[in-house]
Amino acid sequence: MEEKKKRMAIIASKGTLDMAYPPLILASTAVAMDVEVEIFFTLYGVDIVNKKKYHSLQVAPIANPAMPSPVPFPNILGVLPGMTGMATMMMKGMIKKINWPTIPELLHVCLESGVKMIACTPTLEMTGLSKEDLVEGVEVAGAAEFLDFALDANISLFV
Amino acid sequence: MDKSKANLAVDLKGLACPMPVLKTKKALDSLQPGQVLFVEVTDKGSKADIPAMLRRTGNELVEMDEKDNVFSFLIKKVK
Repeated sequence: MEEKKKRMAIIASKGTLDMAYPPLILASTAVAMDVEVEIFFTLYGVDIVNKKKYHSLQVAPIANPAMPSPVPFPNILGVLPGMTGMATMMMKGMIKKINWPTIPELLHVCLESGVKMIACTPTLEMTGLSKEDLVEGVEVAGAAEFLDFALDANISLFV
Repeated sequence: MDKSKANLAVDLKGLACPMPVLKTKKALDSLQPGQVLFVEVTDKGSKADIPAMLRRTGNELVEMDEKDNVFSFLIKKVK
């Protein structure tokens, strides 16, 4: 008899460019290690699988003192117009420097390798989205579906 | 390391985690059990990452080498 596959269950709740990477990196790597993975996208996390938004996720410099800056920079200045765009541009530059895939590229690697992706139904209702607004291959379900998968998981993460 | 023993050679230099592991696994998936894969990477984490992936997928690390910041792996596909 073949050994039962290990499982990882992830909740992705953030919709910023930086926080979109950890769930997708872990999911794609886990599949390469023969682990079965489900990611449940909820709240802002749904942006990661939103066809219209996943190409243009951004980084917010405000309230993020860890954001690297070429010059000393009081964090409060992050409220100024254009700062989010600037931080996003910087982050994209850093990502490119290490040859990381973009979020859409990584998302499609995950989907093609069999990562199960679920978008949270109340979030979709709240934001007026439907399954057609999501990247192809993403399913729609609620908390019980995630828990049903996560109850048998070896690793459960909330991002 | 005898690269000529390999059935497939893959150059993953310049790629960062998680890509070396993903592409190594993809290359392994294209081989038959018993065949040998040669991989070169520059990502420092791969020294730990690739052996971990091989352990978990039941494949065999035949040899690992480090020279001028390039890590090379000779891997035998088991299953």
